[in-house]
Amino acid sequence: MGDEVILLDFWPSMFGMRLRVALAEKGVNYEYKEEDLSNKSALLLKMNPVHKKIPVLIHNGKPVCESLIAVQYIDEVWKDKAPLLPSDPYQRAQARFWADYVDKKLYTLGSKVWQTKGEEQEASKKEFLDCLKLLEGELGDKPYFGGETFGFVDVSLITFYSWFYAYETFGNFSIEADCPKLIEWVKRCMEKESVSKSIPDPHKVYEFVLQLKKKFGIE
Amino acid sequence: MGGSEVILLDFWASMFGMRVRIALAEKGIEYEFKEEDLVDNRSPFLLKMNPVHKKIPVLIHNGNPVCESLIAVQYIDEVWKGKAPLLPSDPYQRAQARFWGDFIDKKVYDHGAKIWKTKGAEQEESKKGLIECLKLLEGELGDKPYFGGESFGYLDIALVPFYSWFYTYETFGKFSIEAECPTLIGWVKRCMDKESVSKSLADPHKVHDLVLILKKKHGLE
Repeated sequence: MGDEVILLDFWPSMFGMRLRVALAEKGVNYEYKEEDLSNKSALLLKMNPVHKKIPVLIHNGKPVCESLIAVQYIDEVWKDKAPLLPSDPYQRAQARFWADYVDKKLYTLGSKVWQTKGEEQEASKKEFLDCLKLLEGELGDKPYFGGETFGFVDVSLITFYSWFYAYETFGNFSIEADCPKLIEWVKRCMEKESVSKSIPDPHKVYEFVLQLKKKFGIE
Repeated sequence: MGGSEVILLDFWASMFGMRVRIALAEKGIEYEFKEEDLVDNRSPFLLKMNPVHKKIPVLIHNGNPVCESLIAVQYIDEVWKGKAPLLPSDPYQRAQARFWGDFIDKKVYDHGAKIWKTKGAEQEESKKGLIECLKLLEGELGDKPYFGGESFGYLDIALVPFYSWFYTYETFGKFSIEAECPTLIGWVKRCMDKESVSKSLADPHKVHDLVLILKKKHGLE
């Protein structure tokens, strides 16, 4: 199609992973550019001057920022394959609601789990698990959040799996113990190549977080 | 669309609720407006319709709730698609509209709230932050009559309700938004010429009076 697609990303970013999964689902060839977040490239600052963050999807030279907005863009442009959002407007609104919920809650709570200790950490763990349980309830008996097929909410959430080992180790708890159905859903998703190839090894993420803790004196 | 029941759970001063009111008015949809008492007492109905966040606005269409104002505006645009399209038809333009809507949600509300909730250095920082955001949005508007281009659209709807809070920000913050962002105020006036907007926005002086009550109630004086 003569399309040029570049993804500015950072390997442990659960937000960047969403775009990797979406692009893989659609079979889109793209150039992956790793950013050093301690030394942001001129291209990143030019492509995302407002937030200066990754991921940024650059399609034929034009940037799309914010991961959930980029996933919707990918779904709308490459619409002939693997639809990610439902076709029904109400189901679409529900999918957007739950992806927004993941964005509003999970990242902040997960960060608190590895950044804090004692009582504050216990409170964060509880809140974090409450969120996952709510999501588990929304999944219900369906194979995917999207129903029979992998979709928008699945893409939004599955990438956090790469951080579960880090959360569990630093928080000293088991997500599977509290949310077994969610972990089953994770395994189902990980069988998809678009997912397994987009998500880094959770042990590597753990090592990365260990480095961050040292660097910021959070030990 | 015969037999369609639309209810909006809202709070008169909410800029988020106003977005949904404008979208419904643009599409000519009749609906029942249900005022929620957020200051003292959320209704069981609200808690049932939005158990996750317990917030307004909630659009209820034939008994099915849609929460989060920008999600509800997109839903309205997709269901009632024959009239006044709100989102652009081009996917890239759509992504840009969503980006700026998200920017408003992430930045403008928080800076604005801090202006009336804080004092001293914190307040000064929030004023600066708000003006920076509004200038960035002004740049995005450029020479266009609306953010949507020739016609009023999604991003116009996302931002214009904040106008009803400008008088409050300016009074408590002791500054003038028009002095800093004259083009933006020009755009506001253009939007206010539209009945869908002027009938949906709260009176800025009433908002100010509400904030006076809130400040007293929370000991923020």
